[in-house]
Amino acid sequence: MKLLTHNLLTSHVKGVVKGYPLLIKATEVKVNEVDFNPQFVSRMIPKLEWSALVQAAEELGQRQDLPAELVPEYENNEEFLKKVHRVLLEVEVIEGCLRCPESGREFPISRGIPNMLLSEDEV
Amino acid sequence: MATSTSQSRLKYLLHLAQDNLDFRLPEIKALLALRGKPFHSSGDFKEKSPFWCLDGLSEEDVRGVMARSVCAKSAFELWGHGQTHSELKTSLLNYPSENMSPFMQKDSTYRINVYTFNKTLEFVDRIKRIDALEYLPFEGTVSLKSSQHIFCLLEDYGTDPNDIPDQPNYIYFGRWIADGQRELIRSHSVKNRHFIGNTSMDAGLSFIMANHAKVNVNDLVFDPFVGTGSLLVACSHFRAYVCGTDIDYNTIHGRGRSSRKNNTWRGPDENIRANLRQYGTEEMYLDVMVSDASKHVWREAALFDAIITDPPYGIRESTRRTGSHKDVSRPPDGIYVESHVPVTQAYHLSDIFTDLLNFSAHHLVLGGRLVYWLPVYRPEYCEEMVPPHPCLRIISNCEQTLSSHTSRRLITMEKFKKPEFCYPRFSGRVVMEIVSRLLGSISKQKRGVADKLQAQRWSHRVQLNSPHYSSSQHLSSSLHPSVDQQLPYSQDKLSN
Repeated sequence: MKLLTHNLLTSHVKGVVKGYPLLIKATEVKVNEVDFNPQFVSRMIPKLEWSALVQAAEELGQRQDLPAELVPEYENNEEFLKKVHRVLLEVEVIEGCLRCPESGREFPISRGIPNMLLSEDEV
Repeated sequence: MATSTSQSRLKYLLHLAQDNLDFRLPEIKALLALRGKPFHSSGDFKEKSPFWCLDGLSEEDVRGVMARSVCAKSAFELWGHGQTHSELKTSLLNYPSENMSPFMQKDSTYRINVYTFNKTLEFVDRIKRIDALEYLPFEGTVSLKSSQHIFCLLEDYGTDPNDIPDQPNYIYFGRWIADGQRELIRSHSVKNRHFIGNTSMDAGLSFIMANHAKVNVNDLVFDPFVGTGSLLVACSHFRAYVCGTDIDYNTIHGRGRSSRKNNTWRGPDENIRANLRQYGTEEMYLDVMVSDASKHVWREAALFDAIITDPPYGIRESTRRTGSHKDVSRPPDGIYVESHVPVTQAYHLSDIFTDLLNFSAHHLVLGGRLVYWLPVYRPEYCEEMVPPHPCLRIISNCEQTLSSHTSRRLITMEKFKKPEFCYPRFSGRVVMEIVSRLLGSISKQKRGVADKLQAQRWSHRVQLNSPHYSSSQHLSSSLHPSVDQQLPYSQDKLSN
């Protein structure tokens, strides 16, 4: 699971009001090289919850020097976009789980794939 | 800028493939819309004809369309046309010589192709056709192998193979601009794909779907019923970033039995990511997840540029969602086994479409498109049966016939306004009624055990006639009416 996906996910456990962001508990994290595409990263930034991205990167020990606040006029700031690119697309959680911040329900991640299915008694 | 004004008046001729006829016009219109250009036909436009004349475009527009189209074979700058060869001659001699001369220079090389539709010409007749064009002021030298400029004489002998006229109905002459992407149908064929399933979408239709959805470079595209990811393969080829979900754990993880004939179990690397890797687009892969489309996991925001999907109709893959009719006691707190397969219940088609439309209205960007297949029982179908949504406008509705009574329709919708409130799941009472009317016969066939035999016949026919994948013979076994209710855990995928 990439952190871009994580940023767009929310808890869907029944009755949960504040299910965002999901907490990440990772036992295996990998950094895969992905071609840098500044246009795509610039397009995605307005869709992101910035603080959730910083928090997720922090949880995985992959924040490096990603700023706590979104920098202005980032479209032309290649250095900044490269940092965002790395966190969004290159850092991947291979094993671990996602935890709903309100209910504590955990969703396992195995072989890089989150399993978001709820049990029959939870729906 | 005299050249640019005369350039803009040029006409272009598209030569289209004579299959998937219904899908061609929406494809070309969507590809023009991607470039902000309207579709203007010139002269006598017949949608079912293999030749269309287009107006108001630049050569760059035409090249852009051809770089994407799987319905169009070739495009030409139209120099002349007519019902007879003498009309063609008059038309060609009226074509401005300043438009011709850049391609007829002394030091250039060229060749002329003769193409006939619905008739095969002898070699000598082709030569005669070329010789008859001697009135054109070609000054370059002929080179058959490496010509700088390629010209084409196209003769249209109608579309009825049992009634081929002696003389062509219409003749065109033009300068070749570009070929379409028909080659993708072969290069991306599911026959050679690493990871496939029972219902993998065929390559041609996958690319058509991506085109109808106006999938563009750097878009974010989502498939809520991703299966083996055929639609993601097509979208990633057009440089969109892709993600998908599916309720089937084994499909997403590439586990279980292979869908290939004579193969038993899936290999260690049979998954969607490996499919993208096979076609060199792995960097467009975001994620796939095991998730239930009826209880989606995305936060409330306009996230996706396109949603493109082939929902399960319950014919060849069962429709399921999590939940149970029975009272199941809760497992001890905190224990959620990674591979736990929840009890699933039938996911009725009407709910699938209500959920899909609502989800799209909330999660598409404005102007973003939803493209999906709607199964249809033909004797009862009418246009009003296509589920509506207050925020989505229907762009196109194309039929692919599966049998005399069944077909599926590719529905393209575009989000034109933001939802003002959260439409509750079952608010679309009208939608539900429409869809249940539409699908009445199909789901009746599927549900009733008494009708099981008929259902098997139906599913068998779908498999035989469906052009999208027909190699595995054991598919009819995937039809289990109400299997989900019979088994305490829906392990049918695990055990078969």
